[in-house]
Amino acid sequence: MNAFDYEAPQSVDEAISLLSAGNGNVGMLAGGTDLIAQLKEGRKIDLMLDLKQIPEATALSFDEDSGLSIGAATPCSKIYSYDVVKSRYPALVDCTSLIGSIQIQNRGTVGGNFCNASPAADTPPAVIVLGSTCRIAGANGTREVAAEDFFTGPGQSVLQPGEFLVSIQVPTPVANSGAFFLRFIPRNEMDIAVANAAASVVLDSDKTTIQEARVAIGAVAPTPLLVADAGAALVGKAVDDEDAIEAACAASRAAARPISDMRGTIEQRIHLSGVLTRRAIQGAIQRAKES
Amino acid sequence: MATKTEDYLGITDYKVIGTRPIRHDGVDKVVGRARYGADIDMAGMLHGAVVRSPHAHARIKSIDTSKAEALSGVKAVITVEDLPLQEDKIEDLGEGAANLRHLRANVLADGKVLYHGHAVAAVAATDIHTAQEAVDLIDVEYEVLQPVLTVQEAMEEDAPLLLEDQTTESLGEDTGEKSNVCTHFRHELGDVEKGFAEAEFVIEREFDTATVHQGYIEPQNATALWGADDQITVWCSTQGAFTVREQTAQILDVPVSQVKVVPMEIGGGFGGKIRIYLEPLAAILSRQTGRPVKMVMSRTEVLQATGPTAGSFIKCKMGVDKAGKLVAAYAYMAYESGGFPGSWAAPGAMCIFAPYNIPNVLIDGYEVLVNKPQTMAYRAPGATNAAFASETIIDEICEQLVVDPLEFRLNNSAREGTRRADGPVFPRIGNEECVKTALSSEHYATQLSGKNRGRGIASGFWFNVGLKSSAAASVNSDGTVSLVEGSTDIGGTRTSIAMQLAEVLGIRAEDVKPQVADTDSIGETDVTGGSRTTFATGWAAYQCALDIKEQLIERAAKLWEISADDVVFDDGTFSSSDSSKTISFKELAGMLDETGGPVMGRATVNPSGVGGAFAVMVVDIEVDTETGKVEILRVSMIQDAGKAVYPSYVEGQMQGGVAQGIGWALNEEYAYNGDGLLANASLLDYRMPTCLDLPMIETHIVEVPNPGHPYGVRGVGEVPIVPPAAAVANAIYDAVGVRMTNLPMSPGEVLKALWTKNGGNGTA
Repeated sequence: MNAFDYEAPQSVDEAISLLSAGNGNVGMLAGGTDLIAQLKEGRKIDLMLDLKQIPEATALSFDEDSGLSIGAATPCSKIYSYDVVKSRYPALVDCTSLIGSIQIQNRGTVGGNFCNASPAADTPPAVIVLGSTCRIAGANGTREVAAEDFFTGPGQSVLQPGEFLVSIQVPTPVANSGAFFLRFIPRNEMDIAVANAAASVVLDSDKTTIQEARVAIGAVAPTPLLVADAGAALVGKAVDDEDAIEAACAASRAAARPISDMRGTIEQRIHLSGVLTRRAIQGAIQRAKES
Repeated sequence: MATKTEDYLGITDYKVIGTRPIRHDGVDKVVGRARYGADIDMAGMLHGAVVRSPHAHARIKSIDTSKAEALSGVKAVITVEDLPLQEDKIEDLGEGAANLRHLRANVLADGKVLYHGHAVAAVAATDIHTAQEAVDLIDVEYEVLQPVLTVQEAMEEDAPLLLEDQTTESLGEDTGEKSNVCTHFRHELGDVEKGFAEAEFVIEREFDTATVHQGYIEPQNATALWGADDQITVWCSTQGAFTVREQTAQILDVPVSQVKVVPMEIGGGFGGKIRIYLEPLAAILSRQTGRPVKMVMSRTEVLQATGPTAGSFIKCKMGVDKAGKLVAAYAYMAYESGGFPGSWAAPGAMCIFAPYNIPNVLIDGYEVLVNKPQTMAYRAPGATNAAFASETIIDEICEQLVVDPLEFRLNNSAREGTRRADGPVFPRIGNEECVKTALSSEHYATQLSGKNRGRGIASGFWFNVGLKSSAAASVNSDGTVSLVEGSTDIGGTRTSIAMQLAEVLGIRAEDVKPQVADTDSIGETDVTGGSRTTFATGWAAYQCALDIKEQLIERAAKLWEISADDVVFDDGTFSSSDSSKTISFKELAGMLDETGGPVMGRATVNPSGVGGAFAVMVVDIEVDTETGKVEILRVSMIQDAGKAVYPSYVEGQMQGGVAQGIGWALNEEYAYNGDGLLANASLLDYRMPTCLDLPMIETHIVEVPNPGHPYGVRGVGEVPIVPPAAAVANAIYDAVGVRMTNLPMSPGEVLKALWTKNGGNGTA
């Protein structure tokens, strides 16, 4: 590991000025569960910028009007232990509670999971189907980007030099809605997704018809994917319409553009996109019914 | 029949053996005070790092170390040129062997690199970060060659040769033919062709198993200090301090007496910590700098460049007659050696058909070079691969015969007097008792229900070994005994050895203070491997206790002014034969000064009466047919321990072996890309099971005493890894009707097999 400077700015503005003063070779430290491993594997940085002293980056708050705000440096275990998340955002519990181990969950953050931008990241699909936005700070102020538009490629995001992710805003769930996330791994913990999927649905008042639906899949393309066709296949359909659910699964399989690697083959991942889409939709419908 | 029976004492009322005292090393390990190799710190200590090959197969054209040497803080850089030359000479490692010329070229590549991660150079610097920076500054120019990654490829006639001077030894003769096949051996029993001709039906299949790693938690490490007096001290994590001393002395070309090896506590080995890697590098770097040099591998280095165990290709064929008796068996067993000769087909061949009485057997074994790290032992090395093949075929035979797989095993069981294909005739063994215990178990009696669920059975055998052990003990004036022995304690052997001494002397296990010593402080002791330690070093401790007992009888005789023949010792008390005088062990220990001075016992052994171990596994699983994932629902392991000296340790070995075997069965594999580069050199992607992947593993200890040990002890450490892969494969077949013939049976592979069976991938 090479020598580098370390700074812990106290505010968004201070972070922005440190970022712009650096020569671009800055490692942003939230939980460090990716960054520190990368440094040990040879990544070289000039400056480590620790976000954990910035109030906006560590806040976790809920407001009925504006929804849930997750500071980019908020650890997963804090998120899934938050009462509002437990009662209103179970899909966020699904994804934050299965990353790594409990020790990793105590350090690792959703913001870091986004910025590391692994195609197999476990939090983006759920965050995407919940209709979330990413709040990004830069020299020219703050901008907002839809979660599904945040990723541009493996390890790549829309973040420009001098910008950083401050928080993720998740809207308040509407009545009769439900969301669900799951992944497929060969083991039962401590693993990287071979494929993952999330779904959210809004049902009508008697909970028999799907009014709105979103499906997102991961680890099957260079970025997490919002599969618009999968959601569209469900809208206006009965909750027990097997053909509609199968059409959504087919849409996920069609959207998947996976690679073969030691974690899975193209064929296996395309197949799993369908299997996990079905299970995610069924889970989301179940939760909407119970809501 | 040459069954040895004279050694077993037949004791039935043990006082210490069979109990579960607090382990002697427990507190230190629980509070974190136990000292491991990575804990070493010394004044002036340098840190070493290794330059490793980025290629699987390449010729080294040049190595330029100048930039590294110029870096501030770098104290020394070495390559193979700094190691003394070695002639071809075979060195016995206790478990496996090594040609010194190859051992040297494995420690630092000599002209060619033979696997991704092969060590090419080493540096020592004032801190680890500088050492790592220096590693990046060493320029190595390679001529990249085509890698050979499977035994089938390597055995092809026009395959690229790894070692250009390697010829095949076939049936004991050097054929002179240049080849990647180092060895071909054969075992023959009866007339296999006649046997197959007499068979009612024959089952034949081919099996592939992946290269797998032992997965010990503690990475290899070594710290060396080459003193100004040329005395070399090495602190390291090893299964055998004496084999490290021998190998290191040979590679450094110094007498063994010049090397002292201090074994630190060990965080697992499973056969992987026998060969040396870092020790000579740290020693040479220390000689060049005059300072102690510490080297610790990263997990990536452990996976890339230590000794995983062999992947294999096995063809297996078995035939039964009308009565359901096995009449013939054949196995073709080709095992990976890795980059240098020496592999595990030989022990695999000793085990493959061992649980059965088969009159006609032929086994052909091949050990083959491939561009992977030189393979090493792993808990019953070679036997898991072998049992995966034979026990799958047994399952298929049972299916065709429509017989209970345990009843079939009972009907065909090897027993006392059965001859194995490789020669030995079994003395009293516990094979049938294990099968009977499985048959009568609550698990087996419980019907398994539910969709896509299945039950699998498999047997396993491991021969176990004896080898050299030494023990010394001194009697303390408070009635305790300090025991010094040379076996690195991996699975709690300090205590299981101490208990055998305590049993003789009629004292408590807690009154023995066992200690693992360095190579200057105890007689030669072979590796902690081959499931030998509780058997052989335990025997040394037993002998050592007898030595103490004899001396104390003399002391009592002196005290009472009677003949030693008139002193009897029973249950910790010495008495005169007329019972007029008695004295306890503790009282007599307090009177040593006035009866002639200190008392020490000593013993060295090389016992031959090794008792082989059998095991039977019952496993219930469920397959998710949409994902191919196999969930382990319930496992029972039944194993003959001879006599379980410390039952908790035996249960721990059984559970550990099963856990590793299930990992091997389901997900573990060295994933190489087409260029021969290891893609999963981390524990994230080298998927060993976690505790969430396994249920509580139920254990049934069977005790059929080994006639060749005073307390009937058999080795227990290895055999539990033998049945799991086959048992899980048989369970998958029972659940969903697909025969898995490749390891690992990962979700993707099971899914593919289901698609093949059902025609298409079910989503079209």
